[in-house]
Amino acid sequence: MDESLQQIANSIALIMQVDSGTAATASVAPIASVCASSGMHALTVFVLACFVGYYVVWKVTPALHAPLMSVTNAISSVIIVGAIFAATQHLYCYSRIFGFLAIVLASVNIFGGFTITHRMNERNKGIMKDNGK
Amino acid sequence: MIIDLLYLVAAVCFILALKGLSSPESASSGNFIGIAGMIFACLAAYLSTDLSNVVLTLLAVCIGGSIGVCIARSLSMTALPQMVAGFHSLVGLAAVLVAFSAYYAPEVFKIVGEFGRIYKSSLIEMGLGVAIGAITFSGSLIAFAKLHEIYKGTNVPKELNAFLGSSILCLLIYFVLTDSQCAFWLLTFLSFVLGATLIAPIGGADMPVVVSMLNSYSGWAASGIGFTLHNDLLIITGALVGSSGAILSYIMCKGMNRSLFNVIFPSGQDDFSAEKGAATVRPYQKGSAEDAAFILKNAKSVIVVPGYGMATSQAQHALKEMGDLLKRNGTIVRYAIHPVAGRMPGHMNVLLAEANVPYEDVFELDEINRDFATCDVAYVIGANDVTNPAAKNDPSSSIYGMPIFEVDKAKTVLFLKRSMGTGYAGVDNELFYAQNTMMLLGDAKKTTEAIVKAL
Repeated sequence: MDESLQQIANSIALIMQVDSGTAATASVAPIASVCASSGMHALTVFVLACFVGYYVVWKVTPALHAPLMSVTNAISSVIIVGAIFAATQHLYCYSRIFGFLAIVLASVNIFGGFTITHRMNERNKGIMKDNGK
Repeated sequence: MIIDLLYLVAAVCFILALKGLSSPESASSGNFIGIAGMIFACLAAYLSTDLSNVVLTLLAVCIGGSIGVCIARSLSMTALPQMVAGFHSLVGLAAVLVAFSAYYAPEVFKIVGEFGRIYKSSLIEMGLGVAIGAITFSGSLIAFAKLHEIYKGTNVPKELNAFLGSSILCLLIYFVLTDSQCAFWLLTFLSFVLGATLIAPIGGADMPVVVSMLNSYSGWAASGIGFTLHNDLLIITGALVGSSGAILSYIMCKGMNRSLFNVIFPSGQDDFSAEKGAATVRPYQKGSAEDAAFILKNAKSVIVVPGYGMATSQAQHALKEMGDLLKRNGTIVRYAIHPVAGRMPGHMNVLLAEANVPYEDVFELDEINRDFATCDVAYVIGANDVTNPAAKNDPSSSIYGMPIFEVDKAKTVLFLKRSMGTGYAGVDNELFYAQNTMMLLGDAKKTTEAIVKAL
């Protein structure tokens, strides 16, 4: 998996360097320098993260697809970060209200999602213990 | 610097949380790593603001958190699919709210260019984020209602969805060009409508795909907001969740031998109002619990095929009891789980785990399908379409090509079913009338309990 990621990173680095007309050196490090513009940087992060997600999720056993859904549900509520920005500023009233609402919603999700996942995992652990006896 | 480092650590934690799920042993610690990641993320967010209103925001977290914990604690595992759908809708709505707060406070998020106007690129990302978020919200609400069986579904003409989709696209372009507040609100509203009309016509059997697809959407929405806020953590996490949901949808579609396009845009017009009853009356063997117990007692190997019917009747505990009795008798008892059994990915596994069924006894489609030919009894409990031989033999059938359990090869098939109606796909099952099939009509839990008693 690490190898293929390295390859992907290399090929992305290559493509972008060809586009920007700079000399091509195939390693992961140049990515940061090539995508100095923030838009390109964000896109690079996004694409690489998609590949990481792809490889990690294919390794999940089908028996654990339900906890996978609930844990992804919980971590997608990391959007709470944006809500915290909005709620802790004092310039704009509307924004603050939206921010507070978003914090409440996201934290329902975070706490709920992790709790459900924990319940399922405890169940699984219990079974393994029973069988160990 | 510290803040960026914290974001990075949080992102790594989330990746490890997903990686933990590759085996049941590491799943639990993975969950805790995920929680740690979330704490790092929030810490970083607080450190990068000027800390006004901190107490109020923590109060908001407490309110939301206690609601979340209460729901998650009181939830029965049977209701898991609708709960997950409900949680997805919250992510969607939160994304919409964050996009709105970014729109009304651009300076705070550092997305303002010259003359106090928001960057065009940020407008694109914001528009996309809000649209995906809104579709996730209303779509998940409809999915929740359908899974909770308070709403059956309606037919929506394809043209309406196409019209809504293209208007949203036009509005998005208009919004980016003019930065019009009106367009932003209208865009959000139309996306809410589109989410509802997209999910409303999708049939009950396709719900596993819908739930995982909405999971994917909620990730893309988070990613979109991450682009707007120039926050790498949000982008990474959104991409992780998005690809996870996409992979699950793909696995589900493959389990039904259908394309994602075909599921999202159903071609046939389903009749949601009428009950799908048995069309023809044909002779079949009807058995009692005592007959079934007798057959099971004499069997050397039994394969249980659970389906959604087991979930609705909560039969998993009775099933486990039956399995234990048979095992004590020297019978080999195994459980076969189809990828699309139940209403969400992994639904059956969770229910069997709840009843303490050991892992080694649970098998997937490819692992066990060959063994039906050598087993004495196939115990089909609340599953229908995933056993229908028409998927193999009848090219005209709507489920033709779907990989199925070759239950018909077993010496005896005990088929637990509420009535002689057809399955969700509305296809008659040839298996009911086969020579080696014994139908046990009635509530799956009661029937299984009766068998346990007779054993």
